[in-house]
Order: sequence, then structure tokens, then C-alpha cells
Amino acid sequence: MSSIKIELRQEDIEKIREICSSFNKDPQELINILHKCQEHFGYLPAEVQEVVSNELDVPVAKIYGVVTFYSFFTMTPKGRHPISICMGTACYVRGAEKVLDEFKKELNLQVGQTTTDGKFSLSSLRCVGACGLAPVVLVGDKTYGRVAPDDVRNILREYE
Amino acid sequence: METIKLTIDNRAVEVPRGTTINKAARLLGIEIPVLCYMELKDMNIENKPAGCRICVVEVEGRRNLAPSCATNCEEGMIVRTHTTRVLNARRTVMEFILSDHPKDCLICAKSGNCELQSMAHKLGIREIPGQEIAAMSTYRLDTSPSIIRDLDKCIMCRRCEMMCNEIQTVGALSAVNRGFMAAVAPAFEQNLEHSTCTYCGQCVAVCPTGALTEVDHTPDVLRALADPSKTVIVQTAPAVRAALGEEFGMEPGTLVTGKMVSALRALGFDYVFDTDFAADLTIMEEGTELLDRLNRHLSGDKSARLPILTSCCPGWVNFFEYYFPDLKEVPSTAKSPQQMFGAIAKTYFADKIKVNRKDLVVVSIMPCLAKKYECQREEFSTDNNRDVDFSISTRELAAFIKQANIDLNNLEEDDFDAPLGESTGAGVIFGATGGVIEAAVRTAYELQTGKKLDRLDFTELRGLEGVREATIDFDGLPVRIGIAHGLGNARKLLDDVRSGKSQFHAIEVMACPGGCIGGGGQPLHHGNSEIIKARAAAIYAEDKKKPLRKSHENPFIIKLYEEFLDRPNSEKAHHLLHTHYFERKKKIVVKQ
Repeated sequence: MSSIKIELRQEDIEKIREICSSFNKDPQELINILHKCQEHFGYLPAEVQEVVSNELDVPVAKIYGVVTFYSFFTMTPKGRHPISICMGTACYVRGAEKVLDEFKKELNLQVGQTTTDGKFSLSSLRCVGACGLAPVVLVGDKTYGRVAPDDVRNILREYE
Repeated sequence: METIKLTIDNRAVEVPRGTTINKAARLLGIEIPVLCYMELKDMNIENKPAGCRICVVEVEGRRNLAPSCATNCEEGMIVRTHTTRVLNARRTVMEFILSDHPKDCLICAKSGNCELQSMAHKLGIREIPGQEIAAMSTYRLDTSPSIIRDLDKCIMCRRCEMMCNEIQTVGALSAVNRGFMAAVAPAFEQNLEHSTCTYCGQCVAVCPTGALTEVDHTPDVLRALADPSKTVIVQTAPAVRAALGEEFGMEPGTLVTGKMVSALRALGFDYVFDTDFAADLTIMEEGTELLDRLNRHLSGDKSARLPILTSCCPGWVNFFEYYFPDLKEVPSTAKSPQQMFGAIAKTYFADKIKVNRKDLVVVSIMPCLAKKYECQREEFSTDNNRDVDFSISTRELAAFIKQANIDLNNLEEDDFDAPLGESTGAGVIFGATGGVIEAAVRTAYELQTGKKLDRLDFTELRGLEGVREATIDFDGLPVRIGIAHGLGNARKLLDDVRSGKSQFHAIEVMACPGGCIGGGGQPLHHGNSEIIKARAAAIYAEDKKKPLRKSHENPFIIKLYEEFLDRPNSEKAHHLLHTHYFERKKKIVVKQ
């Protein structure tokens, strides 16, 4: 559960309404609507879920149930520099887990969390299609290849 | 109808297509155990998530075991319900469920009435393998004014979720998270108090374990009874007398009115009164309001809104305050009988016996959990002193009686005290769906037409159909009446009112399926709808044998108006017996 309370701006509410309308406010399309909302906001805070609930006339408890069931959905905002470590087979066998552990240690974060200053968030993903560079780390749009645990500190330093 | 032949445990059976294996087995007298499954027959209530897998059976030719609650019979099927494989699977499933369930049965509120406990007993579970290394999922306790959620004890049967969403359409509870942390919870795992919960208590009524229970006010009542400076009076709702006996081994539908009065007296209450009295009073106020609005409407007064909606049921009041705040001027302003009783007890009666309201403790015995919340609503207090101090459920009363070593079965029958214990048959039938409006019709007809009714049983208003309608002839004036029980059914009627389609003059709503007799505070029905039907029959039987069956003929009601209230809907009556409603939606905020 997120500890961050946000207030939606009018234009945010309009955006959610627009997304819901583009699916004819059909409750059957809830998952697709949530995908679009997460695409737009980067995460699904309670306030967004409440607007979706009003638009679709679906209890907000149900929406929260869906959001917490599917691991793709998150109620935690991504950091300004989202870090993703590939845990696909190739990266994994070449030591991605040790790299991930190093990020966790350096940032004092668990996977799925964001630093309190909102700078970094940590996630793991499956295969970015750059297996030749394994293990691969993404920070925002930038790709780092053949990352070793010792490189982690230097990568983070680039964003200071 | 197309039928299917199959054999279950080597016995042939023929069933209509669409019958589940579990139901077919029951026809043969074979009770395949179920845990998450629950059905209230003839009430359109069924929980069938096929989640627990306790009811699995072996079907010849099928690779895996089949959940009998959710597998339909097929032609020529050969089913075995107690092979070694089935028994082992059932035991393993049970062991898994118990591995993540607290073992504090000794002090659990549900002990002795718990379906999980019964199942463990039935299956003879004596140890839980791996218990010493297994972690338990833990959740924080959530206590609301009426209901306690202890999710450590939740087994994810999802009966509560079904009641809250499909039957009541309240949408307060949903399955959230997954795997080990899965739970049934309000949105964002907030407390129930910050959700859309109406406290109808239907989740508690169907919970097989101690995960959902009521807030027990018996200790407060005991403290008041032990305090010599307090005068403690009690009021009993109509539905209680039709169900209390079940807790003492009596047949469902046994009326225990007289024995209940004796028990309450033995418990030490100074006066034993009847909410039925206040129900008669409700009819005087609500019936008068109905006729006033109806007559103004008929004479073309546009400000007289119809239909009028009954307002006795606090779960229903919470529901429309949340979902239909734009219609909050439509329900009757009459308080519920519980609150009318409290208001009269702490003014009229307190004066009569010369006791300060602060030294007068009013206890209500209710079939309902929302009543606990209702008596705590701010507008029902004067100088921080509640009109009704404590509300305890039928179940809590039964436990209280047992703790006091009183055997209800062997008590003499006794009568309620005067003046607030006298009631008519109209007050009694408040306990069943259709009863409030039938009581209102009996009085409104005579007040409107000035003629005596030649029949008092309006059977067209009775029954268990979710939404019912009837037109009653008020001597040439057709009065159209709608009835709904269960909040999902009420929503249908309310949607019509909102869109202007509703043709009714008056609508009765009770939040619980069956009305108060099926309330969240009643002895648990464990999925047997025959119990609810028997209670309804008992209520109507009590009505039938009452010498007076119309509220306006209650001599103590007549006296109350003469001595104190003047007339129905008088200024004083309005001050004491009427209320107003609030929009609840804006009070519910995201709390994280």
C-alpha cells in the first residue's frame, strides 16, 4: 500500500474520464483501462482508482482487488530514474541477482519500492532482448550491459 | 425436463440437467461435506467459488478430482465420494487450510458454532504436518461500531464477498492481494468504518469462521445491571422472539416471547419492554406521514414527493445515505422503532418513574448488527447521553442467558411490563419482509377511509420474493406498494425512483434477506433457508393470536398521545420521533 497521498488535478481527472470513455465505460474492460491509466500516471494511486470506480460504477474495493492481484499494476510511483534489472535466463545465469542485491544494498530498497526522495525506483523484469549484453540494467531509457556488482555505485553516481 | 442418470457410490440417481454432483448426492442422502459452498434455497443466494476443494469426489474417467459443488452431473457418470484418494485429498486440503489458521478455538467468539471447527472434527484432524515450520499470515484487527474483522481467521470462502456484492450490492468487501496475503477487505485495506459498509451484518451471518463477528456489548450491559444507581430497561425487537429458541435447541420457528421476558427479568432488568410498542408508534407517525404526502400529492401539491420509503432499517438508511443521497428527502423521516423507543423511554417514561435520563440505561435486543451503529449515531443523543445505550444481538442475548445459568426451556411464560411493553399484531410483523408496510396499511386504511377493515391478513404483501408489488384498494383509491428485501433488490426500486419511473406510493425496504428475521444478529442459519421461513411463519402466527392487530388500537399508544405527544406528527412528535438523513459519501475519504 502506498504511503503517498496525492491530489488529482482537474486535468488528471479528465484524462481518466477520457480513458474510461474510450472503452465505453465498460466494466469488462477494467484491466485495459487500468493499463492505460498506469501508462499515463506511471502508477495507480488510490485517487485514480476512485475516479475509475465512479466512471465504471464498479466498487472501488473490486478495483483495488484487481490492482493488488496483478503484479504488473503498482500503487507506488516510479522514481525519476526507474532502475530495472533483467532477471531473464541469460542475465540471471551471468549474475543478475548479485547485481540486483547490490542495488538493493546501495539504495536500501526492495524491488517495487521507490526512494523517499522519489529519485530511484527498483524493479526487475524479464528479458529485454539484449542477451548478448547480459546482465543488463536499464535506468530510464539508458541501457547498461555486462554489469557487475562493482559497477553499481558508478551507475548511480551518474544521476547525482 | 431433460434428466440425467448417473451412479453415486454405486447407487443410481436421476436428476434434471444442470444439477451438481453435490446436490444429486444429497438426493440419495449422501452428504458430501462442503465448506466454502453455501446456498439459501428459494432466496436466490448461492456461493459457489469452488475454492476450498473440501467437497472433491472421484469421477470415473476423469484425471483429477472434481469439486462436487461446481461440477454438473453428466449422463452415465460414475461418482465415488469416499475412496481413499478422495479422503486423503480432503484431509490434505483441510490440513493446508488449518496450517494458516489460528488454533485459539478455546477463546474464539465462534467456538461451538464454527463450520471450520466442525469440519476439522468431522474429518478427525489430529495434527497439522509442517505446522512448526509454517509461517502464518497475519493481519491487523479491524473494529467498527458493529463488526469486527479478524482476517487471521479468514479461509477465503468468499461468502461475505458474495453477500456484500451480489446480494447487497454494497461493494464494501472484495478479495484483495494474492497468495499468502490474499484477504477479503475494503478498498485500500482501510477499516470497515471508512468503507461503504452499511453494517447490515450479512457478511457476519454467513462467515463460517470467527473472521467476522459482532462487537459484543454484553459486558457493558452487565456493568449497568450491576450498578445500583442505574435503572436498566430492555426492549426486544419482534424478530428476536422467533429465533432465540434455536440457541436453546428448540425447533426453528418456536416462539419464545413469554420465556424470553422471564429470562430478561431473571437477568435483572428493571423493566422488560417491547420494541413492538415502538413499532406501533412508528406506524402512527409513518402512516400519518404517508397519508399526508399521499393526500397532498393527490390534490396536486408538487412538493409532496412520492413514493414514501420506510426508514426502520438502519442498514437501509446507511445504504441510501451512501448511494442515493440525492433522494434523501424521499424516505419517511420517522425514526426506527429502536430509536423511537429510546426517545420515549428517556423522556416520557423517565419522567413517569422520576429517574434522570443519565441514570436510565436503555438496552435493546436486536436481530441486527446495524442497530449497534444506529444507537451510536450522534443525532440520537441528548447531552452526550444516548437514547439507546447499548444494543445486543439475539446471539449475544442467548450467550448472556446461558452464562447466567438460566434454562430458557424450563422458564414460565411471563408478560411484558406496561406501558412500553404493550403491542399489537401490527408491531409483531415488523420482523418479516412486508410486515412494516402491512402494518402501515392496516392503520392508514382505517384513518384514510374512516371504515373498519374487514380483513387484516394482506397475504399479497407477504412472501420471500425479492421484489414484490401489490395494489391495495383504499375504498376506491388504489394504493400501489412496492417491497424489497436485500439491498440489491432495494437498489432496483431506488433506481426507478431516481429516474422517475417508479409508480409506487409507498415502498418498504429491509436490508436483510427475509427481513429482520434473517438479520445479521440472529442465530446462524448455516445456509438453511427453511430456518428463515419458519421464523416468518412464527411472526405471522404471533400476529394472528394477538387480541389487537392494528397499531392505532393499542391503548397505550392512544394514552401516550393523550398524555404526552398530542397527536401523530405534532411538533413534539417531530422533535422526538423524527430524524433527518445525511450524505455519507463525502465522509468517506481515502485514508492511508
